[in-house]
Amino acid sequence: MKTKVTMDPERWKAEVLTKYPSKVAKKRAKSIVVNEGDEVKQIQANIRTIPGIITQRGCTYAGCKGVVLGPTRDIINLVHGPIGCSFYAWLTRRNQTLPPTEDSPNFMMYSFSTDMQDSNIVFGGETKLKQAIREAFEIFKPKNIGIFSTCPVGLIGDDVHAVAREMKAELGINIFGFSCEGYKGVSQSAGHHIANNQIFKHVVGLNDTPVEGKFKVNLLGEYNIGGDAFELERIFEKVGITLISTFSGNSTIDSFELAHHADLNMIMCHRSINYLAEMMETKFGIPWIKVNFIGADATAKSLRKIAQYFGDAGLAAKVEEVIAEEMALVAKELESIKARTQDKTAMMFVGGSRAHHYQELFNELGMKTLSAGYEFGHRDDYEGRRVIPTIQVDADSRNIEEIHVEADPTRYKPRKTEAELKALEEQGLKFSEYEGMMTEMEKGALVIDDISHYEMEKLVEMYEPDVFCAGIKEKYCVQKMGIPLKQLHSYDYGGPYAGFEGAVNFYKDIDMIVSTSIWKMVKAPWQKESVIEAEYAL
Amino acid sequence: MELAIKKTETFTSTRNACKLCSPLGASLVFKGIEGCIPMIHGSQGCATYIRRYMISHYKEPVDIASSNFSEETTIYGGNKNFCTGIDNVRHMYNPAVIGIASTCLSETIGEDIPRLIREYAQLHEGEQIPVFIHASTPSYQGSHMDGFHETVLSAVASLANEGATSKQINIFSGFISPADIRYIKEICDDFGVEYMVFPDYSDTLDNPHWKDYQLIPEGGTPVAQIQNAANAIASIEFGTIMNKLVSTSKSSVAHTAGEWLEKHHSVPNTRMPLPIGIEASDVFFKTLETISGIPTPRHHARERGRLVDAYVDGHKYVFGKRAIVFGEEDMVLSMVAFLHEIGIETVLAGSGGESNSLKKEIDALTSGLYPNMIVMNNLDFETINEMVDELKPDIFIGNSKGYYIARRLKKPIVRIGFPIHDRFGAQRLHHIGYRGTQELFDRIVNALIEYKQEHSPVGYKYI
Ligand code: SF4
Ligand code: SF4
Repeated sequence: MKTKVTMDPERWKAEVLTKYPSKVAKKRAKSIVVNEGDEVKQIQANIRTIPGIITQRGCTYAGCKGVVLGPTRDIINLVHGPIGCSFYAWLTRRNQTLPPTEDSPNFMMYSFSTDMQDSNIVFGGETKLKQAIREAFEIFKPKNIGIFSTCPVGLIGDDVHAVAREMKAELGINIFGFSCEGYKGVSQSAGHHIANNQIFKHVVGLNDTPVEGKFKVNLLGEYNIGGDAFELERIFEKVGITLISTFSGNSTIDSFELAHHADLNMIMCHRSINYLAEMMETKFGIPWIKVNFIGADATAKSLRKIAQYFGDAGLAAKVEEVIAEEMALVAKELESIKARTQDKTAMMFVGGSRAHHYQELFNELGMKTLSAGYEFGHRDDYEGRRVIPTIQVDADSRNIEEIHVEADPTRYKPRKTEAELKALEEQGLKFSEYEGMMTEMEKGALVIDDISHYEMEKLVEMYEPDVFCAGIKEKYCVQKMGIPLKQLHSYDYGGPYAGFEGAVNFYKDIDMIVSTSIWKMVKAPWQKESVIEAEYAL
Repeated sequence: MELAIKKTETFTSTRNACKLCSPLGASLVFKGIEGCIPMIHGSQGCATYIRRYMISHYKEPVDIASSNFSEETTIYGGNKNFCTGIDNVRHMYNPAVIGIASTCLSETIGEDIPRLIREYAQLHEGEQIPVFIHASTPSYQGSHMDGFHETVLSAVASLANEGATSKQINIFSGFISPADIRYIKEICDDFGVEYMVFPDYSDTLDNPHWKDYQLIPEGGTPVAQIQNAANAIASIEFGTIMNKLVSTSKSSVAHTAGEWLEKHHSVPNTRMPLPIGIEASDVFFKTLETISGIPTPRHHARERGRLVDAYVDGHKYVFGKRAIVFGEEDMVLSMVAFLHEIGIETVLAGSGGESNSLKKEIDALTSGLYPNMIVMNNLDFETINEMVDELKPDIFIGNSKGYYIARRLKKPIVRIGFPIHDRFGAQRLHHIGYRGTQELFDRIVNALIEYKQEHSPVGYKYI
């Protein structure tokens, strides 16, 4: 049954493309790449989905409000627009949060909307917006309010930034707006960038009260799905690393205000958050490195990187001690599971980093990733940051503001000297670098950007992987074809999957999926026979 | 109580909405047409969100295309995107029907979709092109229910045409579950009548597992039946509140599909509340009897009998309890009437819909017996949340979005309607007819029993 695995990827590609109208086929051909072992090929990414082709992608607003700001609990997110946009982003991502006390502000379970009506579209919605802000302030007395524009707002010309300034002066709290209308970019990715910009402009660096701690870091691009952040917080605490802020799993605006005190920025999801790291480096002198805490080995590797950066013997020893202790438990669990997962196959199409990171976990299980791709990645997420200068800037990207940042006159402080940085680089620690997904994938693997619904069906049909990873929108389609789908956006309500304990959770869940016998029951006994007949008839 | 109402009425913002947006309703109806692919004309985010929401409720693939507006499109119009979108949908799916819903964005820039369709058809003259159905669904003019009814009306108004007389009975069943639709079809089959249920997403949104993957799932109301609706002997319409969009913006000719057929093709229309509860279900069965001249099949009469029996047995658990009911207006209306029938007092009935007729309709159905009942439309969950403590409810009845309030009060919630994403099997829940009422009654009684049992100091096993 598994013989289809050997299907030639080039043939798959050719076969799939023939079904498209020729213009579409030409465009899609550039986004489907068969990976070469040594040299990374160019892939087309971050360009508009073709109308009528069903995509996994969401909109700019979804990336801004849902992804980046969604997990932050002490800000009221007010959506300026008609009701749907707000309703659909109401707690649909499964980020968790843990306020220190019952009275600590937590507005995550609310969905505020100006619920625009006809008259607001005709006469403008600014008055209604102001009134809604006053109300939100009255009821909750929050310290922060964010305003998110959805599509119609951009068109009728409401100036959310002017309203924000005015209300900030009136109410004396931090209020800022996001011009994240859905049509602005090709996917959620544009919304991430907009969120990064506004958080940087309006929040980061507001609080100069010194932060205690010997090894101070920020974690960027971690969103606490299924409790991932809790597991990582546990590990950091165990090794003695002070985590000032996470952008933005289990986070607060309060913590973002202090982020500039960190001595190192660690990036998990490069796509959604690299802008903030870059800007913090320019303004405050904080270097950044790419880390990955998905996968037990990857977690160990990332912890070692941090120890290496700080160059402290005590920290290095502690890191080794923790790794040894945690890995012993992980190895014990893995041993029994791996017998069942070894040599099975997986595919994953999610996000801007997960499709890369989760390959680590599957590697640990002895499983092979046949195909992977991002929903909203850019070329650098596939091919590595070295290609950034060669990426063409199109109208959609030009739409997103690039803010000009300069070194802070008083607070800029290089964390390491040039010589120190160079020495660390020579030891193998790479700064401001992400090598992308394709460098780590096998020769012959299919890399597909913005996979269409149809391509997904063809992948499943022709390769029959043991598990397909994507999101809720794809789940029932793939499962109808008799292949289990693991959701990597919501984790199918499982998790955490990050760190050491998370890895074990993931092993167990995948074991359960690939070992269950329900998939054999998909065909009723009488159907099985008829299928055989049909096949002979061919 | 007075105070609570006064305080909340002044709110400008919607806090935790009790309604969804208009193109979602349209997409549901399109999914209920045989061979139809919906396409949302606007930005891709709306289509993605709507798919996501429908999929998490129905647990089925839901393909909805988008014409994917960019900033440039918002300036120069969506003509090009529309044509490319349709071309690609045709190429990939070869659908018999394409249903096009607009969004707030395309409506704001004033896209003339009927013109786009005409131009597309002209451009492809001589080709076999799909049937196009268009619904205008800006969410700033109404909720998902308005989008739903608007789409039912426009499908019928654009497709129905006069031909040979037929014995078809049109049933416009409103927003009910796939299981409900299957049940209506079973009833009609048992009566032995010819019928059309529209929209019929009983298969498309609740498929068996397939042998081979189906690009467009089988099932749905056949276009031929919708065309034939003009020649039917009668229409039955569930819902008395229906469509605000049409009543405010469109011609005064007809507000619903049933009305339209009556006015234009003299098909007599019977409108009734969603048949929840014995009385309301009796109306439905009676109407079928009258139209067909056939008595209610024994099988269903016995289901009614068992339901009466259950009412008698379960009376002691439910009588005098206080309920909070929320969701779509027509669903809320019928639920309140049903609760009245079994002796539960509704203390708050709310909906995000904006017909402004919910109170009037509830009063009419319950003979004005509950002057203190708070009835609010244009309502959001936070308003409910602020009012509930004083209302001392025993039970909540509504969709998953109200769970957090029930949780805060530590009271049971019986999930009905849409969306249900924190319980399994929403597609298979029954709400209507004797069978649906039975199921609802059992669930309500059991929720109350379970609550009592869990809060009893003695662990009673007989209760
Ligand atoms: S813009 Fe309108 S149609 Fe789109 S999601 Fe928002 S409310 Fe719904
Ligand atoms: S209207 Fe725009 S912002 Fe709202 S969901 Fe649709 S694409 Fe996103």
